[in-house]
Amino acid sequence: MSKARSAFTGALVRISTRTGITSETWVELEEALLLADVGVRVADELLAGLRAGVKAKEIVDPMQLVTALQSEMTARLAGADRSLHLVAGDADSPNVWLFVGVNGVGKTTTIGKVAAQQRAEGRTVLLAAGDTFRAAAAEQLATWAERSGSEIVRGSDGGDPSAVIFDAIERASARRIDLVLADTAGRLHTKSNLMEELRKVRRVAAKGKGRVTEVLLVIDATTGQNGLAQAREFGAATMTDGTGVTGVVLTKLDGSAKGGIVFAIETELGLPVKLVGVGETIGDLVPFDPAEFVDALVQIS
Amino acid sequence: MFDSLSSRLEGIVKKLRGRGRLTEADVDEMLVEIRTALLEADVNVGVVRNVIARIREQAIGARLSEALDPGQQVIKIVNQELTAMLGGETLKISYASRPPTVVLMAGLQGSGKTTSAAKLARWFKSQGRQPLLVGADLQRPAAVEQLRTLGRQIDVPVFSEPGDPVKTAKRGLAEARRLGRDVLIVDTAGRLSIDAEMMEQVRQISKVVEPNYTFLVIDAMTGQDAVGVAEAFHSTLAIDGVILSKLDGDARGGAALSVKEVIGRPIAFASTGEKLNEFEQFHPDRMAGRILGMGDVLSLIESAEQAFDQDQAQKAAERMLDGEFTLDDFLDQMQALKKMGPLSNVLGMMPGMPKEMKGAEIGDDALKPVEAIIRSMTALERRKPELLNGSRRARIANGSGTSVGEVNRLVKQFQEMQKMMKRMGGASRGGKKGKRGLAGLAGMQGLPGQGLPGMPGMPGMPGQGMPGGFPQFN
Ligand SMILES: Nc1nc2c(ncn2[C@@H]2O[C@H](COP(=O)(O)OP(=O)(O)O)[C@@H](O)[C@H]2O)c(=O)[nH]1
Ligand SMILES: [Mg+2]
Repeated sequence: MSKARSAFTGALVRISTRTGITSETWVELEEALLLADVGVRVADELLAGLRAGVKAKEIVDPMQLVTALQSEMTARLAGADRSLHLVAGDADSPNVWLFVGVNGVGKTTTIGKVAAQQRAEGRTVLLAAGDTFRAAAAEQLATWAERSGSEIVRGSDGGDPSAVIFDAIERASARRIDLVLADTAGRLHTKSNLMEELRKVRRVAAKGKGRVTEVLLVIDATTGQNGLAQAREFGAATMTDGTGVTGVVLTKLDGSAKGGIVFAIETELGLPVKLVGVGETIGDLVPFDPAEFVDALVQIS
Repeated sequence: MFDSLSSRLEGIVKKLRGRGRLTEADVDEMLVEIRTALLEADVNVGVVRNVIARIREQAIGARLSEALDPGQQVIKIVNQELTAMLGGETLKISYASRPPTVVLMAGLQGSGKTTSAAKLARWFKSQGRQPLLVGADLQRPAAVEQLRTLGRQIDVPVFSEPGDPVKTAKRGLAEARRLGRDVLIVDTAGRLSIDAEMMEQVRQISKVVEPNYTFLVIDAMTGQDAVGVAEAFHSTLAIDGVILSKLDGDARGGAALSVKEVIGRPIAFASTGEKLNEFEQFHPDRMAGRILGMGDVLSLIESAEQAFDQDQAQKAAERMLDGEFTLDDFLDQMQALKKMGPLSNVLGMMPGMPKEMKGAEIGDDALKPVEAIIRSMTALERRKPELLNGSRRARIANGSGTSVGEVNRLVKQFQEMQKMMKRMGGASRGGKKGKRGLAGLAGMQGLPGQGLPGMPGMPGMPGQGMPGGFPQFN
């Protein structure tokens, strides 16, 4: 078993122990990138750049090669705005952050964690239980409201999610609450009726007193190449005045998956990764750090 | 989003036309594309390496069949290999002689265990069993509440108590015995495969309930990590089967292949929607085509092989290239096409076919008037459509229950087609293709990605727009 394991998961980069750059070095490097889920196209592109460097004798040994790869990747992630946007304004006009994504990626849990962080920074927070579909979703969110010291507005099970979110924003406005974190039901981006529902949620969220300042797409680190389609479709469904998804939350990075698909999502679609989930408890949320992410992605052994 | 494999192979295949065997170099060139397709489908890198090696072995030197072009031939080999990998031994549930039959659900966070547990309970009910669900996910807030709600929806009781998941599972087993429930399904918390403590916990749960079946739930959207996860769960729990969740999306689902390959346990069920009845036993044959991103291209290739009579094809091809292709041949080809199944299915099976065309828009009805018109012609007219003057056309329209306009259109399109055939015939002989080239022309070489299988008679359709070549009737 452990032998098989190394065949499939252990390709990471023994490269550095070798002396020269051989064809095997390239294979290992490519496989390392692929195993991290960055995708064939991105991997090929990155390696093509390195090949040029090797040809020009700028890179001569495997160690340099890995370092060059890492710095190229980090460079591609440089300069993105990873801050969470809060617009100061009238006290009765709360900021609204909308959380979207496919089923089970960690939207509700992330809301709990974000709520706790925002509370710790002194803001008042209200959670909107916009997942009216999944059994007991509102109970789950209520637990996080309690844990984070936030308020919660819930609707009826099976009710209209945009109505719940609208009500939540109205309530937040009346109570002068700073920030509304709106949960939504998980949905596959291929279900047109559910994406239509999301479109409506996005529209309604901006209709009353609230200002939608973040639309955060939650992506599970185990996600494969389908993540790109998710990002595209959720971006399209939430598109308002030229802006759709404003950032990505990468969850479950505490597991064995590297989450490389967000590298493709950020570099190909321009959606900055803002937050990283690293566990199931309330404190397990950190800002995205490109250098750290890339280091973990292309490890040298 | 991704180019379909067939369109990737198209360019390579063009060069191979007329050859009798695939050389190593031909195969390797195709394998590069196949590898990319598998990786884009999230098949694990290591697994891809193994699969490619096996395909290479089978493809090199493979004799090219008369009915398929080299690309199709290789795709067929790939498909067979993937189907074999995904299939093999199926999981047959046998019930414990001393009930309850115990089923343990395990997997990563958010993979879909709880929903799958309920769906499985519903499935057991449909098999005449009386399941009890146990909520042993005491970790995620409201997980038990979720299970209880689902249990109510399918009218299956749910047992759970707060505190320790191992104890809950054990008490659940006692409860099943007490209530006389003959199937026990234990839902567990999602856990990371590298979380030693949590993996130990699920091992303890397994120890106390002694499951007859342990199912690993894997999200169809999972990437490369699926392999490591499956190996870890398998070595901790001895997995009996896999449940593939969220297969209703557009993920190609290569994880299924990876997992099957590394733990060697069958994929037992597929979850295909949020509704509790959207759950079915797994079909490996469909999955292979999905991973390749090719719809059911293989069933198309197969039915083409069956439906296509080689001799007839050969004769038609020769006549065609001599510009002697007649409306009779056209009719024959249409019959062959019909044998392949309803036309809308045939189109649906075509990779690269635009979505709009996959529906039922091209009914078999579209062919009926064509058939009727040709059948209303005399033998001579069928061979020499240039004889068709106004009065003959009126007679044919009358006899076939169509209009003169429709007859005109058919004749015109047929003649255009004939012209094109002649050109192709000239080109092909100029390029000194052998016999195989002729048969290929008559056979399937329109594929892949190009629209209709190039049935002689049908190839009027230039490039993609298959129905364009059909006489059009409004
Ligand atoms: N290990 C780990 N688990 C997480 C993380 N974020 C969420 N989860 C778990 O993933 C599962 C699904 O989360 P949930 O918030 O219900 O997903 P939702 O369906 O998108 O709302 C739960 O079991 C969470 O505890 C994370 O960063 N790390
Ligand atoms: Mg949720």
